[in-house]
Amino acid sequence: MKDTTAPAAFDVNDWIRQEQMPHFLCPGCGHGIALRALAWALHEQGIDKDRLAVVSGIGCSGRLSAYIDANTFHTTHGRPLTFATGLKLARPDLHVVVITGDGDCLAIGGNHLIHAARRNLDITCLMLNNEIYGMTGGQVSPTTSGGRYTSTTPMGNTEPTFDACALAAAAGAGFVGREVTMQVLGLRDLIGQAIAHKGFSFVEVLSDCTEIYGRKNDLGASPEMMLAKKSEMRPFAYRNTVDVPFRPNHLRTGVIARSDRPEYGAAYRAMAAGLRGEGGGA
Amino acid sequence: MSATIRNLEGNEACALGAIRAGCRFFAGYPITPSSEVAEVMARELPKVGGTFIQMEDEIASMGAVIGASMGGVKAMTATSGPGFSLKQENLGYACGAEIPCVIVNVMRGGPSTGMPTRPAQGDIMQARWGTHGDHAIIVLAPASVAEAYSETIRAVELSETLRVPVVVLLDEVIGHLTETVDLAAVPETPEVWRKFATGPREGFQPYAVTEDLIPPMPRPGDGYRAHCTGLTHAPGGFPTQVPEVATAAVTRTTDKLALHRARIESWRVQDAEDADLLIVAIGISARAARQAVRDLRAEGLKVGLVRPVTLWPFPEDALRETVARSGARAVLVPEMNQGQLVLEVERVLAGRAPALRLNRIDGQPITPDEIAAAAREALT
Ligand SMILES: Cc1ncc(C[n+]2csc(CCOP(=O)(O)OP(=O)(O)O)c2C)c(N)n1
Ligand code: SF4
Ligand SMILES: [Mg+2]
Repeated sequence: MKDTTAPAAFDVNDWIRQEQMPHFLCPGCGHGIALRALAWALHEQGIDKDRLAVVSGIGCSGRLSAYIDANTFHTTHGRPLTFATGLKLARPDLHVVVITGDGDCLAIGGNHLIHAARRNLDITCLMLNNEIYGMTGGQVSPTTSGGRYTSTTPMGNTEPTFDACALAAAAGAGFVGREVTMQVLGLRDLIGQAIAHKGFSFVEVLSDCTEIYGRKNDLGASPEMMLAKKSEMRPFAYRNTVDVPFRPNHLRTGVIARSDRPEYGAAYRAMAAGLRGEGGGA
Repeated sequence: MSATIRNLEGNEACALGAIRAGCRFFAGYPITPSSEVAEVMARELPKVGGTFIQMEDEIASMGAVIGASMGGVKAMTATSGPGFSLKQENLGYACGAEIPCVIVNVMRGGPSTGMPTRPAQGDIMQARWGTHGDHAIIVLAPASVAEAYSETIRAVELSETLRVPVVVLLDEVIGHLTETVDLAAVPETPEVWRKFATGPREGFQPYAVTEDLIPPMPRPGDGYRAHCTGLTHAPGGFPTQVPEVATAAVTRTTDKLALHRARIESWRVQDAEDADLLIVAIGISARAARQAVRDLRAEGLKVGLVRPVTLWPFPEDALRETVARSGARAVLVPEMNQGQLVLEVERVLAGRAPALRLNRIDGQPITPDEIAAAAREALT
């Protein structure tokens, strides 16, 4: 794992479609940091842009694909993993990165997440968890912390939350990790490891919806939100102390799970290799 | 018997037709009465270097099919009634982003779980209008196993060359019917592909307005690094809300099918020249109508049949001209629903000849005798 040795030549602008600037994110939005960390990780991993496919869902998070200078696919709400599954199976030569949100990935797309994790197809899934439906104006999501105000929890949220990493790991994802936006370098390295992993890798970015979630809950400006979140986290290395997997506090960061289960695409092709030329079709 | 002559079920014929046309990716979810399409694909695709996957639901299988096609591989899915409804959202994406793909829908009794093993023709309108917003789509309606084979080949070819989703609409009877098919009856022709983008990468516009209204499709890895979105997009591929640009973007996709209508439309007529009564039917109802026409002709009654093979866009000029040339006094529309095809027939004929209805929704095919009786009544 590379720690602080950033390669000399990383320039985020090399990865950004300049003609799409300025971006549409609100000032201070954590999604922008996630985008930078992703570009940096792609750079460090030596990914060829022409062989990179970025597939996103719908939401503020989903809009990020349009900014990346690669083959980009902005799909439907909750379904980017399904598009990515078809794309990766049809084109194993491509690096496939999915960008999704907490609503996209855990609510409408929850079923696709667990099955993508179970299959362990070589896709890197970046879930930007800002605890809210940012795009649609701030409704409650499956990760909104207890008591938080959203436009559909005007008295404060009473629903319990998902631990997305525990879910992905339990479903079989080959690589699972989590990081806060404050730790850009840690996030970059985590994403880099996820990209390098052969199998389904899932990275939860604890992102920050400053304009809606922050305002509705009096969380202060962007730096305050980010700092508060950082101080709530426990790096995974400290896991031997108390173990409280659910929010509001003590979510782990860092690499959370890793396994060497067979990658699905390779397994399918190995099975098919024995059948080639058996005269399929007519 | 020649090796190309086979006893096949309609569903099997769809699968084999797709493979013959170069389909190399299939994603599906089991549902009666279409599951055999997936089963044949699961068995045959790996033999030809293709990929089969059973996804977690129909939404996912439609997404996977679009993803594979965006990767430059011909892709298909198959389903029935409720599953077809689940595919509609992503089908709308394929319409909007112009991603070639083929969807086989084998109609069963509905609504809802309905009568899963019983035939129906209740998805005629869902096939055309099931997804949201203004969109163009092609629907082909085979009436035999041989046609399930040849029309699926045509579906792949139309979908590729026009960059449009194509639905192959069977009813349960055609899907499960076993008939002898000569696969060689479809002539060997060079494989048909979408127009891939070639030429300069700099300034490439994935939705450029070309003379044929079909934008060349960029293939990942070829260096175009284009953007594809379900948001209404400008020729450059990025979202737009500029009123004129948005209007032009959607209009091009619908104009595209209008421009290539002659290539898309297909229909068959039987004994129509002098008909006093014309029957309009698809699928198994058309098979029954064909027999009814023979029986009625034997009785000396002048009855003919117009069978749209391309259901959507509906071959409207063909129907109008056939009615005008024959001087038919009325049109009879037997269909296994409460009246869907008849609505289009009425629209097309606009009062020039009354459209009579014959409907069944009890899970039983309409018989030749029923059609003959209705025809006799109409002619007296
Ligand atoms: C089928 C469907 N349902 C609902 C929507 C509306 N919608 C758009 S984005 C969104 C939620 C996005 O939330 P999240 O995934 O958390 O992304 P964020 O905007 O917070 O990054 C919803 C419900 C839609 N586009 N499609
Ligand atoms: S609404 Fe929230 S999530 Fe969306 S761009 Fe603004 S701050 Fe970011
Ligand atoms: Mg969100």
